[in-house]
Amino acid sequence: MPSDSPLRSATISVLVENEAGVLARVIGLFSGRGYNIDSLTVAPVDESRTRSRINIVTTGTEMVIGQIKAQLDRLVPVHRVVDLSEQGPHIAREMALIKVLSEGERRNEALRIAQAFRARVIDATTGSFVFELTGATDKLDAFLDLMRPLGLAEVSRTGIAAIARGTRTI
Amino acid sequence: MTAIEQQTGAEVLLRALKEQGVEVIFGYPGGAVLPIYDALFQQNAIRHVLVRHEQAAVHAAEGYARSTGRVGVVLVTSGPGATNAVTGLVDALMDSIPVVCLTGQVPTHLIGNDAFQEADTTGITRPATKHNYLVKRPEDLARVVHEAFYVARSGRPGPVVIDLPKDIVIGHAPYMAPAQHGHRSYRPVTEPDPERIAAAVALLKRARRPVIYTGGGVINAGPEAAAALREFVALTGFPCTSTLMGLGACPASDPRFLGMLGMHGTYEANLAMHGADTLLAIGARFDDRVTGRLNAFSPGSKKIHADIDPSSINKNVAVDISIVGDARCVLRALIEAWRADAEKPHAQALVEWWRHIDTWRTKDSLRFTQDMRPGAVIKPQHAIRRLYEITRELGRETFITTEVGQHQMWAAQHFRLEEPNHWMTSGGLGTMGYGLPAAMGVQIAHPDALVIDIAGEASILMNIQEMGTLAQYRLPVKVFILNNQYMGMVRQWQELLHGGRYAESYSAALPDFVKLAESFHAVGLRAESVDDLDRVIREMLACDRAVIADIAVDPKENCFPMIPSGAAHNEMILGPEHADHAAEITDEGLMLV
Repeated sequence: MPSDSPLRSATISVLVENEAGVLARVIGLFSGRGYNIDSLTVAPVDESRTRSRINIVTTGTEMVIGQIKAQLDRLVPVHRVVDLSEQGPHIAREMALIKVLSEGERRNEALRIAQAFRARVIDATTGSFVFELTGATDKLDAFLDLMRPLGLAEVSRTGIAAIARGTRTI
Repeated sequence: MTAIEQQTGAEVLLRALKEQGVEVIFGYPGGAVLPIYDALFQQNAIRHVLVRHEQAAVHAAEGYARSTGRVGVVLVTSGPGATNAVTGLVDALMDSIPVVCLTGQVPTHLIGNDAFQEADTTGITRPATKHNYLVKRPEDLARVVHEAFYVARSGRPGPVVIDLPKDIVIGHAPYMAPAQHGHRSYRPVTEPDPERIAAAVALLKRARRPVIYTGGGVINAGPEAAAALREFVALTGFPCTSTLMGLGACPASDPRFLGMLGMHGTYEANLAMHGADTLLAIGARFDDRVTGRLNAFSPGSKKIHADIDPSSINKNVAVDISIVGDARCVLRALIEAWRADAEKPHAQALVEWWRHIDTWRTKDSLRFTQDMRPGAVIKPQHAIRRLYEITRELGRETFITTEVGQHQMWAAQHFRLEEPNHWMTSGGLGTMGYGLPAAMGVQIAHPDALVIDIAGEASILMNIQEMGTLAQYRLPVKVFILNNQYMGMVRQWQELLHGGRYAESYSAALPDFVKLAESFHAVGLRAESVDDLDRVIREMLACDRAVIADIAVDPKENCFPMIPSGAAHNEMILGPEHADHAAEITDEGLMLV
C-alpha cells in the first residue's frame, strides 16, 4: 500500500519465552514482511533465564506499526508486546565502545571531550584510547561526530535497551 | 516403589498422539523415522496411509482436517522428506488449516554436520508454519507433542512442525499427559468484547445498504458457526456473500446469498460490496482477490471486522469497529444483541436495497451458452453444472476438492454448496496439485461418501503419483478433469493482459488419461462432446472404484466475471454473453456510488 501517511519511530519491547529459535522467528517476521529494524537488543530478564526481553526500534506508518505489534503478539512464544513510544514517558539508552587512535594535541582534545561527555576511559596506550559511553542515541551520535576528526578508528555499539518510566511494568 | 515406565521415544510419541485423538497419519518412511514406523507397525490404534510424495501427505492431512474439523497429522523423514512437505505446510498456513507434521531428523550429535539426509528443518519451516519445535531432550517429547496440537487447533488454526532427532525416538523417554492449565504464552481470545458487539449491532440496525462478508474463519469455527450465520442472515434479512474459502457456510440456495465475491465473483455480490453503507466482515481477511483496488474498495461503507486473529484486522483495510473473537462466539453474541436491542432496522431502506440487488441479479453474470447439438464442444461451465445436477439427483453426501485455475473458479461458481466442510480448495497459496491428495484425505475420513476432485489437465499431473495411493487403499475418488489443453487461467491472463502471447501455457505432450487411469488400477473415461457428457458423469459416479474422467472442454473459454488486477469492484469485466445486452441495463443506472 502506498503510504503518504507520516512515518514515526517506535520503540517496542517484547517479552518472550527464552527458547531456541525465538530471536530467529522475530527477525524472520521483520524480514519476511519487509519491516525495518533500526536497532535490536535481546537478553534474559530473570535469573531462571526462562524469559527474554527483545527491544526493537522500527520505523513505519501508524498502520504498519500497528501491524508489526499485532504480528509479534500472535507469535506463539511471545508473552507481551509493549509500544514504549506510544504508551508514555520511557527511557532508551545504548552503550558504545569507541576506539580513538591519535597522538599529541588531537589525543588531548579527544580526552577533554570524553571528560565533557562523562565517557569513561577503559583502555589506554600511548597511541590509543578506548572510551565507554552510555546514553541516548543522539548523545552517542554527537560524541562520534566529534571523535571523527580526532582519530576515530572503530565503534562497537549495543543498540537500544528501553524501559517505561514510573510504576508501569511489561 | 513406583515402576518407572521404560518406553522408547517412538512409543511415547504414539501414546501422545493417541491421547490427542489421532486416528490416521499420512506419511512416507525413511531412515530417520524407521523407529517410529517400527512402533506404528506394532500397534493398531493409529492407522497409517502411505502416500507417494510427501507434499501429498500434507495436502491429504489438509483435506482430512477441513472435512472433519480435526487436526491432520503427517509423518515424513528427514532431509528431502521434510523439504518436500514445505509446499503443503505453506498451503496450510495460508488457509489456516490445523496440521501437525512430524519430521525425522538426524541424531542430535550430528545436527549441523551436513549428515546424510540432514536439512535445517526448523530453519526452513520457521516462516512456513504457525510454530515449530526441535525436540533435543527426551523429557520434552511428550510435552511438545501435546503443545503442538494445542497450537495447531487454537486461535487461528495452522500447521506445526515437530522435528524429531533419531536418537530421541530410539532412546527412552518419560510420558506426560497434556497440561491442564493451558499454554504459558499463547492464549488466543475467543469471546468477543460485549461493548464492541453492542456498537456493531447499533451500526447494523441503522444500516440502509448492509452486506455480510464471510470467509474461511466461519468454516474453521465449526458447523455451529455456519448454523449461527444462517440464523443471523434469517434474523436480519441482510444479503450475504462469501469468499472462496467460506463457501458452504451460507447455503447457496438461501435467497439472501449473493454468491462468491471478488476477482471471479458474481456481478451482484461485487456491486453490493461496492455500494454498501455498512459492511460486516466475519472470519475473512480482505484478501487482494476479494478487494480489488484497495483505495476504491467499498468506498462509502462503515466496516465492522470480526476475526480471531488481531493481526488480520486493519491490515489491508481500515475498519470502524474491530471485534476479536471466534466466529461462532461472535455470531451468537450478535444474534443475542440484535434481539435484545429495541431499535428497529430500516425496513423500507432494506426493501429498496434488495430491489437494487435483484436488478443486478437479472444480469445473470454466470450465464453461458452450451450448444446442445450432438458433437458440439463442451463448455466447462456446463460440465460443472451437469456434474452438480447429477450428483444432487443421486442424493449421496458429496465432497468436492479442486486443483487451481479456471476450473477452480467455475467449480466455485457453478457447484452449489449447501453445507460447510464439504468444499476443499487451495485459496491463499493456490497450489496446483492440491486437489487429488486432498480428496484422498477426505475419502479416508469419509469412506462412504462421494468425493470428487475437479481438476485441470495441467494441475492433475502435479501429484498424479497419488493414483497409487488410491489403488492401495481402494479409495473410490472421482477425478473429473476439465481438459482444455492449456493452463487455462494463465492463458486467460496472457490473452487479456499480455497481447495473446501464450508463453509456456500450452499443455504439450499430455498423457492418454484413460490409459493412465488403467495403469494405476483405476477406471478411465473420456467425454469428447456434449452428447457424451451425462453418460460419462453417471458412469463415473456409479463406479465403486477410483475413476479418472477426461472431459474435453472448449480451450478458449475465459472465466467471467473478472475484476482485472488493479481494478475496482465496479470495473468488473463481464463475458461476451453480456456484450449485446449492454443497451438493456445501463450500469450507470444501477450504480449507487
